[in-house]
Amino acid sequence: MGSLSGPLQDPAADAGWQDPQPRKGFFTDTSICIGCKACEVACKEWNAIPEDGLAMLGSSYDNSEALGASTWRHVAFIEQPAPAAAPGSGRASLPMPTTQRPGDALPPESRTDFRWLMSSDVCKHCTHAACLDVCPTGALFRTEFGTVVVQDDVCNGCGYCVPACPFGVIERREGDEHTKNVGIAQKCTLCYDRLGAGLTPACAQACPTESIQFGDLDELRERAAARAETLRSQGVAEARLYGASPEDGVGGSGALFLLLDEPEVYGLPPDPVVSTRDLPQMWKQAGIAALGLLAGAAATFLGGSR
Amino acid sequence: MVPDATFTSYYGRPVVKPSPWEADIPAYLFLGGLAGGSALLGAGGDLTGRPALRRVGRLASMGAITVSFAALVHDLGKPSRFVNMLRVAKPTSPMSMGTWLLSVFGPLAALAGTAEAVDAMRDSLPPSLQGPARLLIRLSRPAGIAGAIVAPAVASYTAVLLADTATPTWNEARNELPYVFVGSAAAASGGLAMMLTPGDQAGPARRLAVGGALTDLAAAHVMETRLGMVADPLHTGAPGQLMRASKTLTTLGAVGTLLAGRTRLGSVLSGACLVAGSVCTRFGIFHAGQESARDPRYTVVPQRERIAQGRSAGA
Repeated sequence: MGSLSGPLQDPAADAGWQDPQPRKGFFTDTSICIGCKACEVACKEWNAIPEDGLAMLGSSYDNSEALGASTWRHVAFIEQPAPAAAPGSGRASLPMPTTQRPGDALPPESRTDFRWLMSSDVCKHCTHAACLDVCPTGALFRTEFGTVVVQDDVCNGCGYCVPACPFGVIERREGDEHTKNVGIAQKCTLCYDRLGAGLTPACAQACPTESIQFGDLDELRERAAARAETLRSQGVAEARLYGASPEDGVGGSGALFLLLDEPEVYGLPPDPVVSTRDLPQMWKQAGIAALGLLAGAAATFLGGSR
Repeated sequence: MVPDATFTSYYGRPVVKPSPWEADIPAYLFLGGLAGGSALLGAGGDLTGRPALRRVGRLASMGAITVSFAALVHDLGKPSRFVNMLRVAKPTSPMSMGTWLLSVFGPLAALAGTAEAVDAMRDSLPPSLQGPARLLIRLSRPAGIAGAIVAPAVASYTAVLLADTATPTWNEARNELPYVFVGSAAAASGGLAMMLTPGDQAGPARRLAVGGALTDLAAAHVMETRLGMVADPLHTGAPGQLMRASKTLTTLGAVGTLLAGRTRLGSVLSGACLVAGSVCTRFGIFHAGQESARDPRYTVVPQRERIAQGRSAGA
């Protein structure tokens, strides 16, 4: 059994691989994501994921909503008010001379502009993966690349991995009996089949702006840190890295993100912790409670009263 | 601690996913507790010469574990999947540990329970079956005692099953949940045995019921006061109603047991209250956790507070 929490240099070796490969991962630079959703489509195509609804959600232009059993890449569209451009900033306004623009009646200092944040989310392939740790059948396993994969022919559909994931990634597939792998837990495999053949995962291959970058995690961490530093030096003070620290609650992610706002704005937890960090303590409390029940039940039989 | 009034999320969508579990799972939690507590009463009744308590304990234990097994199989979808659960044994997976506990406890409880049923109809058995019946009845004591040794773990591991998740209310309650669950198990099994056992043999059942009810109420109180904002789902909506019902029923049952537990009517009514209270506790805690997963507030706000307090998650 491997370690349950904390920094860990090589998860594949920790999981028992004799010949672990360099750990692979994603670096998703949201500052250059254009929201084209090519990654979502490429993922669906390559992995033969069934269609899971074409509803218009109405809250934004994002209609695939969230990561799930049949959405392994998800591009979030965040429409948010941005501070009005400072006077003399050179930001152009649309020439509309004949009609009054909405908000023109308001004093200029209260007007707001809008900005779009786009972010392509994916399974984090955590260093300490709660989904993998709680899986009762071993259907989830750590690959030689340090990633986390579900074997759909072993999965029992017990659903335990679903509430275990601190990022809300993995999900049991719903649908009628004609749907592939219905009742089975599904998530991003980091294209395990492509990795084995020396290929790039489908989403990274399809990304037209190189917002999704694939490679050795060590190198990606350096690249991400450099990119964040570059953006900050260009005046983008809100640029920050997510999932990059091996000191965080999941021991660091196999998928890093460069974000332009707080994680929760993108639907990410601000301080995720793998639940197994506290598992030894949980078993201890349950053991004490069990001994208490045994002792208490024995005590009820002592004494004279029947 | 007053939570941040403002918090942001992605269009109000959940951050973590609620479990896909349905009523099978809270029923399974309740029945596991009932089976564990009943096995203890059955073994105790056997060892202290209370045959009626022994019979009720063993039969209740067999019945409850059989139905809980059926609930688990129903959740999985088909029986072969239960066998698939036994392909590995993983201490990091409470579900795996629980499956193994069930696989050890289930046959022991079934053997002891079947022996009681065979014993009751022994005279009507044909002569050819008298031998096997005698053997079965002789085996029932070691089986019952072995089952009773495993039983407390059957009653308590389900607390770890819920706590070892990212579901905010379940995970935050990790220190108190085992005590709530064993208390609830003791109250339910004591209550059921009180209902079905003649009063002169039900003394241990009454004491177990009252002790369990007090443990349940005290641990639940500590849990709800310590949890802060993630305890909100335990107080509001349908889960809140279930939790209030569970407290009322458990208190009524405990007081009734103390005041009228020796009368037939008193023990039946008090026992029924305790069983119902335990059902409400399991369903209430289950649904409160589901609610806490559906609302991103319960994931984001405590994590924000943790960051604000500078407590590093990994430290």
